[in-house]
Amino acid sequence: MATTEFMTVNMGPQHPSTHGVLQLVLELDGEVVKKATPHIGFLHRGVEKLSEHRTYHQTLPLTDRLDYLAPMHNNLGYSLAVEKLLGITDQIPERAQVIRVILAELTRLKSHLVWLATHALDIGAMTVFIYCFRERERIMDIYEKVSGARMTSNYIRVGGLMADLPAGVEKEIRDFADEMPTHLATYEGLLSGNKIWQKRIMGIGVINAKEAIDIGLSGPSLRGSGVDWDLRRDNPYCGYETYDFQVPLGTGEGDTWSRYKARLDEMREACKIIRQGLDRLKPGPVVADLPKICLPPKKDVVNTIEGLIHHFKIISEGFSAPAGEIYQGVENPKGELGYYIVSDGTSHPYRMKIRPPSFVNLQALPQMVEGRMIADVVAIIGTLDIVLGEIDR
Amino acid sequence: MGVEQTLGNNIIVTSLDKVVNWSRSRSMWPMTFGLACCAIEMMAAGAARFDLDRVGVLFRASPRQADLIIIAGTVTKKMLPVIKTVYEQMPEPRYVIAMGACACSGGVFDTYSVVQGIDEALPVDVYVPGCPPRPEGLLYGLQKLQEKIMKERNSFGATIGFGERISAE
Amino acid sequence: MTEHVAVTKLKGKFSGSVVDVKEFRGEITVTVKKEDIVAIASFLKNELGYNFLTDLCGVDYLGQAPRFMVVYHLHNLTTKERLRLKVPVEEKDPKVETVSGVWATANWHERECWDLMGISFDKHPDLRRILMPADWEGHPLRKDYPLQGPGRSPYQGRLS
Repeated sequence: MATTEFMTVNMGPQHPSTHGVLQLVLELDGEVVKKATPHIGFLHRGVEKLSEHRTYHQTLPLTDRLDYLAPMHNNLGYSLAVEKLLGITDQIPERAQVIRVILAELTRLKSHLVWLATHALDIGAMTVFIYCFRERERIMDIYEKVSGARMTSNYIRVGGLMADLPAGVEKEIRDFADEMPTHLATYEGLLSGNKIWQKRIMGIGVINAKEAIDIGLSGPSLRGSGVDWDLRRDNPYCGYETYDFQVPLGTGEGDTWSRYKARLDEMREACKIIRQGLDRLKPGPVVADLPKICLPPKKDVVNTIEGLIHHFKIISEGFSAPAGEIYQGVENPKGELGYYIVSDGTSHPYRMKIRPPSFVNLQALPQMVEGRMIADVVAIIGTLDIVLGEIDR
Repeated sequence: MGVEQTLGNNIIVTSLDKVVNWSRSRSMWPMTFGLACCAIEMMAAGAARFDLDRVGVLFRASPRQADLIIIAGTVTKKMLPVIKTVYEQMPEPRYVIAMGACACSGGVFDTYSVVQGIDEALPVDVYVPGCPPRPEGLLYGLQKLQEKIMKERNSFGATIGFGERISAE
Repeated sequence: MTEHVAVTKLKGKFSGSVVDVKEFRGEITVTVKKEDIVAIASFLKNELGYNFLTDLCGVDYLGQAPRFMVVYHLHNLTTKERLRLKVPVEEKDPKVETVSGVWATANWHERECWDLMGISFDKHPDLRRILMPADWEGHPLRKDYPLQGPGRSPYQGRLS
C-alpha cells in the first residue's frame, strides 16, 4: 500500500533570496507549503552583552550594525533612549531635532529602496534593483558628506549630533527630495501595472488586523492590514507632531500588495517631511550645552583647559546616568524599534535590551506561508522586510 | 595515474600557464555569501555605480558553479559549519576573500558567539579591511586577487593532470 | 492620569500580587508576583485594553535577591499608553508561566529569554534555543558568563 509523506526541504542559511542568514525548514506537499519553521541566530553577535562592557558613547557604533539598512534610525532610537534616561530631552537644540528628522526620513527612503530592490529582484524584476540602488547611491553620498561613512554613520549622538551639516548638503538633500517622487512614479510604472507582478503579489501572505496586533507586527506590515498606528504620530519624538504628513495604510487588505502600496506611499510622505524640515531649518547649535555629557568642539579641546578635561573624561570614563530604567520606541522603517535600558548609576548600561521589529515580524511568517506555494515564500519574506542583523543582534 | 612532477618552467608552459591564469582571474564567479552589513556594500558594488560585471564577476547562487567566495560579514559559531560545508562543495581552483573587519578578525564583536576571523577555518587569499569597506575597496581587493592568480605556476599542468597548481606567496 | 486608573484597577483586583509601583521619567512600572502573571496579563489585555505586548525580556541582577526580573512592556493602542510589568524570579526556581496564550507575540520573546538568561516558561508550546546553537551550554546574557565565552581568555587591554 503506497503512503505519502511530506517532503522536508531546507531553505538554508545560505540562500540568495532569504535576505540574510535565515534558515527556513519547509514541509512541502508537492509545491504547497504545509509548515514553515524559521531558524535564526546565525548572526548573533552578542551586542546586548557587549554593551554592558562599554560606556554609553561607545555603545553607539554598535547600534549602527543592528539594522544596517537604516543605521541612523538605530542611532536615533538609542540617543533618544539615553537622553530620556538622563532627563535632557528638552535641552536638545531645535536645529539638532530638525536635522534628526530630515536624516531619519532620508534613512527611511534608503531602507525602503533596498526593500523594493530586493523584493522585486527575488520576484524577477531586475531593472528595479538597478534603479533603486542608483537612487540609494545619492543618499549614500549625502550620508558620506554629513557623517563620513556611507553606511554606518554614527552621527546622531547623545545630546545632539556629531557635527553640523557641511555647506551645500542642504541643497543636495532638497534636490534629491524634489526628484524622488518622479523616480517613485517610474518604479510604480514598471511594477504596479505589470500583470506578472500583480499575480505574484495580490492575495499573498494575508494577515488580518486582529492577528497582526496579537503577533506583534508593527510598521508597514501592520499598517498594510488596516491598523492605523504610527509611532511618529501617536507617540511622537523629535517634534514629529509638528510636521504635516499622512500615514498610509495601503489597501487595508493585509496582503503583500497592500504592504507594497503602503511602503511606496510612505516614501512619498518621507519626501514631504524632508522638504518641511529643510524649510524650517534655522542656524543654531547642534549639540546640547551639557559639558559633562556632550563632547566639546575641537577648538575648545585644543585651546581651553576645561575643554580638554571634559573631552578626556567623557572619552575615557564616560558620563554616569542616574539609576532607573526607561523604554524608548521609534518608528524604524521596519516597525517599532525599542530600546529598554536599565541603569545602575554607573557609566555603563546595566542591561540594554533592543526590541527589534524584524524579530517580531518574522514570527508571523509561519502563519502567512501556510497553504501557499514555495514561490510565495520568497515574496512573503520580501514583504515582511526583515534584516537579520536586527533579528539576531 | 597522474604524473606527480610539474611540467617545468620552460617558455611554452609558462605562457600556457599565463593564459590559464589570465582567463581565470578575469572571470571570477563569486558565490553569494553576504552575511551582514558588508553584504549591502557588496550589493552596492555589484549595482550600477561600481559595476562588478565589468571585471568579469557574476554572482552565482550555487557553490558548485562558483570559484570565489567572498565572506562578507560577521561569522558566528553557529554559521561556521555551514560555511565549511559550502566551501567544501566548491570545486578547485577556489579562492577566498575575507571582506570587512568581522571576517578578517572578528571586528568590533569580541564576544562569545563570534569567530575571530574566518581564517580560523578557511585559507584566505585576500583580506579587505573596513567596516564596511567601500565598494572601491572591494574592487581593489578583487584586483589584488587577480594579481595573485596571475602569479600562480603550473596552472595549465594541473588542469591537464600533471602535478598540482602552485599558488603565489 | 489614566495610567494610574489602570494601576488602581490592578491593585483593586489583585491586591495581594502587586508588590511595588514606581514612576520614572513619565513611565509607570508595576512589580507583581509571578504566580498570578497569566491572570494579570489576561485582565490587562481584555479589561483594560493593553492589546500589544511590545517587549518581554529578562534582567539579571546578580548579587540581589531575587536574582532575575522578567519585564513585560505593554501598550494600549487605543489610548496610546504604555505600562511596564516586572516579575521577580528567584535563582533557585527560575520558572514563570508563559503568557503566549494571552499575546501570541510572547512565543519567541520567551524563547530568547530562556536561551540567553535561563528563565524557563511553563506551558510554553515550543521552548528551545533560538539564537545560540542548539547544543550550546550555558546562558550567555547572565552576569557570571564571560563576555568572550568560556573557551577564551578575557580581553587584556583597556577600553575605558
